[in-house]
Amino acid sequence: MEQQLEQLKQEALQKIEAAASVKELNDVRVAYLGKKGPITDLLKGMGKLPADERPKMGALVNVVRETVTTSLEEKMELLEQQAVNEKLEKETIDISLPGRPVKLGNHHPLTRVVEEIEDFFISMGYEVAEGPEVEQDYYNFEALNLPKGHPARDMQDSFYITEDVLLRTHTSPVQARTMASKKGEPIKIICPGKVYRRDSDDATHSHQFTQIEGLVVGEDIRMSDLKGTLALFAKKMFGEEREIRLRPSFFPFTEPSVEMDISCFKCGGSGCNVCKKTGWIEILGAGMVHPNVLKMAGYDPEVFTGFAFGMGPERIAMLKYGVEDIRHFFTNDMRFLSQFNRTEV
Amino acid sequence: MYVSTKWLENYVDTKGIAPADLAEKITRAGIEVDTIIDRSEGLTNIVVGHVESCEKHPEADKLNICQVNIGEETVQIICGAPNVAAGQNIIAALPGAKLPGGIKIKKAKLRGEVSNGMICSLQELGVEGKTVAKAYAEGIYVLPADAKPGTDALSFLGLDDVILEFDLTPNRSDALSMLGVAYEVGAILSEDVKLPKIEYTASNEKAEDVLTLKVEAKEDNPMYVAKVVKNLKVAESPLWLQNYLMAAGVRPHNNVVDITNFVLLEYGQPLHAFDYDRLATKEIVVRHAVEGEKMTTLDDVERTLHADQLVITNGKEPVALAGVMGGANSEVHDGTTTVVIESAYFAPASVRKTSKDVGLRSDASTRFEKGVDPNRVAEAAERAAQLMAELAGGEVLAGSVQFDELDKESVRILLSPDYVNQRLGMKIPMDEMVSILGRLQIPVEAANGQLVVDAPTRRQDLRIREDLIEEIARLYGYDEIPMTLPIGESVPGGLNSFQEKRRLVRRFMESAGLYQAITYSLTSRAESQSFALETAPVTELLMPMSEDRSILRQSLLPHLLDATTYNVARRIDTVSLYETGSVFLGTQEDGLPKEVGHVAAVITGKWVDHAWQQENKKVDFFVMKGIVEGLMDTLGLTDKVTYAKATHDGLHPGRTADILLDGAVVGVLGQLHPTEQKKHDLKETYVMEMNLAMLLAESAEALVYAQVPRYPSMSRDIALVVSKDEAAGSLMDIIQEAGGKLLKDVAVFDLYEGDKVEEGTKSLAFSLTYFDPERTLTDEEVVTRHDKVLAALKEKSGAVLRG
Ligand SMILES: [Zn+2]
Repeated sequence: MEQQLEQLKQEALQKIEAAASVKELNDVRVAYLGKKGPITDLLKGMGKLPADERPKMGALVNVVRETVTTSLEEKMELLEQQAVNEKLEKETIDISLPGRPVKLGNHHPLTRVVEEIEDFFISMGYEVAEGPEVEQDYYNFEALNLPKGHPARDMQDSFYITEDVLLRTHTSPVQARTMASKKGEPIKIICPGKVYRRDSDDATHSHQFTQIEGLVVGEDIRMSDLKGTLALFAKKMFGEEREIRLRPSFFPFTEPSVEMDISCFKCGGSGCNVCKKTGWIEILGAGMVHPNVLKMAGYDPEVFTGFAFGMGPERIAMLKYGVEDIRHFFTNDMRFLSQFNRTEV
Repeated sequence: MYVSTKWLENYVDTKGIAPADLAEKITRAGIEVDTIIDRSEGLTNIVVGHVESCEKHPEADKLNICQVNIGEETVQIICGAPNVAAGQNIIAALPGAKLPGGIKIKKAKLRGEVSNGMICSLQELGVEGKTVAKAYAEGIYVLPADAKPGTDALSFLGLDDVILEFDLTPNRSDALSMLGVAYEVGAILSEDVKLPKIEYTASNEKAEDVLTLKVEAKEDNPMYVAKVVKNLKVAESPLWLQNYLMAAGVRPHNNVVDITNFVLLEYGQPLHAFDYDRLATKEIVVRHAVEGEKMTTLDDVERTLHADQLVITNGKEPVALAGVMGGANSEVHDGTTTVVIESAYFAPASVRKTSKDVGLRSDASTRFEKGVDPNRVAEAAERAAQLMAELAGGEVLAGSVQFDELDKESVRILLSPDYVNQRLGMKIPMDEMVSILGRLQIPVEAANGQLVVDAPTRRQDLRIREDLIEEIARLYGYDEIPMTLPIGESVPGGLNSFQEKRRLVRRFMESAGLYQAITYSLTSRAESQSFALETAPVTELLMPMSEDRSILRQSLLPHLLDATTYNVARRIDTVSLYETGSVFLGTQEDGLPKEVGHVAAVITGKWVDHAWQQENKKVDFFVMKGIVEGLMDTLGLTDKVTYAKATHDGLHPGRTADILLDGAVVGVLGQLHPTEQKKHDLKETYVMEMNLAMLLAESAEALVYAQVPRYPSMSRDIALVVSKDEAAGSLMDIIQEAGGKLLKDVAVFDLYEGDKVEEGTKSLAFSLTYFDPERTLTDEEVVTRHDKVLAALKEKSGAVLRG
């Protein structure tokens, strides 16, 4: 009987091994472990054995049964795994196909530049001040040391609405308005906005463009403060390695007046087409607030001094992104706009 | 202003500094050198030649065979210029010569005759045609008799010169003269300025014996000097003088006119020369024109004058438009023997206005407009008289006829060195400041720790202390200014709530799939009020550049639609743009229009476009409404916003809604009217525009979190058949009201309009969510509540449950 049992075990294990599907395996299970299977038969036939052999044989039968059951379970797990794998194989997709697009728009490049400038100066303690685009001649010119008939008014041919009202030619009237309303308090503002000049639109001129100006007024504001502020700004905006240089210039509302160049961010100063072989790029105009401007706004120029600066986001965007025609900013071609959708850092 | 470095050397020693380096120094010190023009660049092998003989080419009518002495030898050169002749000294470009524009001269044969080079015009050497004397404008240039054959023609013509083109700021009119430039360069290089020596022998006859002067307009003409030169001979100027004029961009005419132009460039003082005999009256009267009076100016244009225009007259009729242009009737001509030299100070405003009114801007008027140096008016007249004696053989009458009430005082400015250093943030020693002002030839004395500065009249830009601070700083060097930051109380910066929320709006619009556009504020009359949310008078330019940009917009949509059309025309079928910007309405008390911030958007084409999975969805009303709803949610305004069916010009009458905030219209959304779509070459297009100022003025409520539900909610769906006209919104209102506090949410989940429901009706399905935050609701409670909802629907809208 022992022999018979061993043979049975070997037979069952072989069939388990040979089973190729869950169904086949189930057949094996029924055949060997089922109620009508040989192992059950053997157990049933135990009664015929002498009493002293029964426990030994009983144990043996159980070992065989467990061995077969374990083997069956292991095989079953394997087959199920295989079945899953086959199913997954069939579910394979082409991962090289494009994904479902996420619908996203983005900032206009000018807004991108303006916000970057705003955020730098906000971090330096500036507030953002805005004012009307249609201005009084007084705030646009007179309060800025440009009385009627001043030759420097030629510099900015303007769009007049009436004799005393015009489209602002710069954002400086916001400075004049802020000074007039702050009545002697210290000021630290940045003024972005649209401005208008009587220019025919071409690759480098636009009758409407953007400006961003800054103004600091306080006791003992020095020209070295202007230089230090602009140097920090240049590094933030154009890279840590940027050097600045100031050149004398002229604006009616500042004295002294300067223009600021930065070392070329493309060639680093050795000379290229961006910097016209000079190594320097003109970025902004600035100066110390003219005493007449302070006086007109009710600040005593003996006590208060200040600095102001102004720049054109179009020019900065053109330099930074290599845009060759200012009209691109106002055409709103989706193929242009959609390029400004990613970070630069 | 063109500055010839060769000419400049007469007044200041530039110590052999290369022109490019000199230009850099000048730029860094304050006057921007725009371009550096090397006049001899690319020119080689160009010599003086003497035409020994000149005969017609036997084979070609227009060609001449010239035998040209070029020093060591005589060579044959074929020349096609009409004015070539034997006996002339000419410019010969020999084989191997290079000319501007990459032209190389080679030995060649022309119709069988050998040509050993080319006889040149000035233009062929790169001289601008408009500066070449008229006699040589159409042919070769003829050199004076003293030119030596075989010598370098470039130095003879003064072309071995580098020109610096100055880009002058309006305050630096002092540099509109060679002497002014010399002062500036002298200060930069610490060199003295060599002023011209004015020496001549005057005749015994006095100017006042032959000429009288009356100034009847003292305000506009506070100084007038007239000198008389007799017995001169009008001729071509010496070459050096012509060369200087050409270098400065001025065309030579004759010695008298050239001398006035030379002195204008040298001193910055415009002069005018009258033919004394043609003046006829021995009298000069300066007055304002009689309204309607006529005169013909040098350019042969007859001009009708106005009463505010200053004229020079001979006592009877105008002979010059003061400071702007001379008259044809008194012009110097070849036969002139006696001239009156006029040097005057005309008030800047007067000249500015006259020159603008008559549309004439000249080298003279631009200088008068800025204000000439009061202390050089008389001197310039003397300088011209001297040159007319030297170069035209004239006899200068003694003295001058003068009127002079001009203030010639310099401006005294007291300056403390501490003040300078405090303003600059520097520590420049006082003697350094004195030295810098000395280099600028600005008289300065140090007394009691103060600088007493007398700003010279040639520097009219120096009026206050700050002007001097700039002079000191720019010559000390802006590179020397340290870098500091403002000292004082530091306050946090930031955006105000409007600015912050406007950024939020932009970010939302972009996250919703729209690209930010920036369009022009100026538009045409036809479009200025299209799509305007409110009716108000327009703001119009006095003098527009074109009709298209003549009025300020009252809506952002017209230009956004133009941008959409632009894109669609370039086969970009899906366009999604938004803009934030101002519209301009009416006129307020201060004379300015009311500027209101708006936000607008346009979408057209496909909203979902995922082709390979066959997922495409065109834009529709509800895409745009979804954007508006999302924006309202972002701004925390959802509970205050309602929508009302509306009609607007330009929008589809059945697909347009007003957007209301607390019951007041803040904007509109809808489909572009099919007629408008056609007009703009657009397919189905949806637009939205809102008053951003109104939206952002409303504050959102404080954000306090609502507890995440601990008890389950229960859902009940209902499908209703209602009249086609019944709005889903009003059904939802009924449901909300009847549902009371237990009804947490109601949502539309199906809309059916087809043949499975009776004609004139539609089926709408809603999903209702019941919930109590305090406990789990029982079935009975929900059923009771739900039945109330159904009853209310039936009663108020006649809605029938769909079977
Ligand atoms: Zn570069």
